[in-house]
Amino acid sequence: MEVIKIVGTDDTPSVTFDAANEIFEVSGRSLPEDVAAFYEPILEWLERYSEEAIAKTVFNFKLVYFNTASSKMLLDILLKLEEMYESGKDVLVRWHFPEDDEDMEEAGEEYADIVEVPFEQISYPMD
Amino acid sequence: MAGKGADTKDFLDFVYSFHESMEQHKVLLVYEGEITHQITKAFTSLTENNMEVEEEAHSTQKKVFHVMVECLQNVGKHAENYRKNESRKDGKGAFLLSRTEEDYFITTGNKVNSEKVSEMVEVLEKINSLDRDGLKKLYKLQIREGRLSNKGGAGLGFIDIAKKTGNSLNYKFIPINSDFSFFVLSCKISRNNN
Repeated sequence: MEVIKIVGTDDTPSVTFDAANEIFEVSGRSLPEDVAAFYEPILEWLERYSEEAIAKTVFNFKLVYFNTASSKMLLDILLKLEEMYESGKDVLVRWHFPEDDEDMEEAGEEYADIVEVPFEQISYPMD
Repeated sequence: MAGKGADTKDFLDFVYSFHESMEQHKVLLVYEGEITHQITKAFTSLTENNMEVEEEAHSTQKKVFHVMVECLQNVGKHAENYRKNESRKDGKGAFLLSRTEEDYFITTGNKVNSEKVSEMVEVLEKINSLDRDGLKKLYKLQIREGRLSNKGGAGLGFIDIAKKTGNSLNYKFIPINSDFSFFVLSCKISRNNN
């Protein structure tokens, strides 16, 4: 499959989807001007990937900020991963949050409640 | 704009009284006009830098940033400009950021269609009646069942602001005429919450 490699900006996240190297990561800030346009290709890629998923898909979210419009698109990503998991694929979501950021930690807890997929919360120290 | 004679004098006086009012209400940033994505980015990054310089608590900085984005995007997406027969532009409105010893206030004002007022009051009152757990439940319900509107909104902004700030949403609808009302929303972020 082709590799998705989007370099983040101050309002869009970095996205790396590289099935061959087993990297699936969304990180940084997400408040794009047009959320649907930004996330559509990402969701389409996941849809195609779900059919030929590798042995274990470890999906990393390492966001420092996202607006509510993005939160809906992040749920769509998670629902896609849930679908994969329910169809028998091995999937793990790792939700990384800055150790002092309770809101980002809580956002992870809320997603973990909503979707039925193995979910790990990981805090990391701020510089 | 300013004309000649008495008009000019009035206008110059207006600038002074405006300045005095801004000081009195502890306004740090004020804007009136179209709220575009560029404006949202410029204001949030300016405010972020200022808070960093003033060593505001990290958690307060994040909440102020978050609420600013949601409020500015609300106005940009939902304000009724009532310029008829014109292709849709970014919504116009007022934006104010103010700060007291204890709190930050993010306040927006924009025109809304009067038909929408009762529905908005219902939503706002519902949010204000809920405690933290209630807000979390409502958020989860809305994110699951709500759909992204054609304006790119998820219907989560007000709920999220109330949830993240822990304060109720202070609002008012001021009738302009039979078609439109002016919607003022003021969100409070406490500075000492961490």
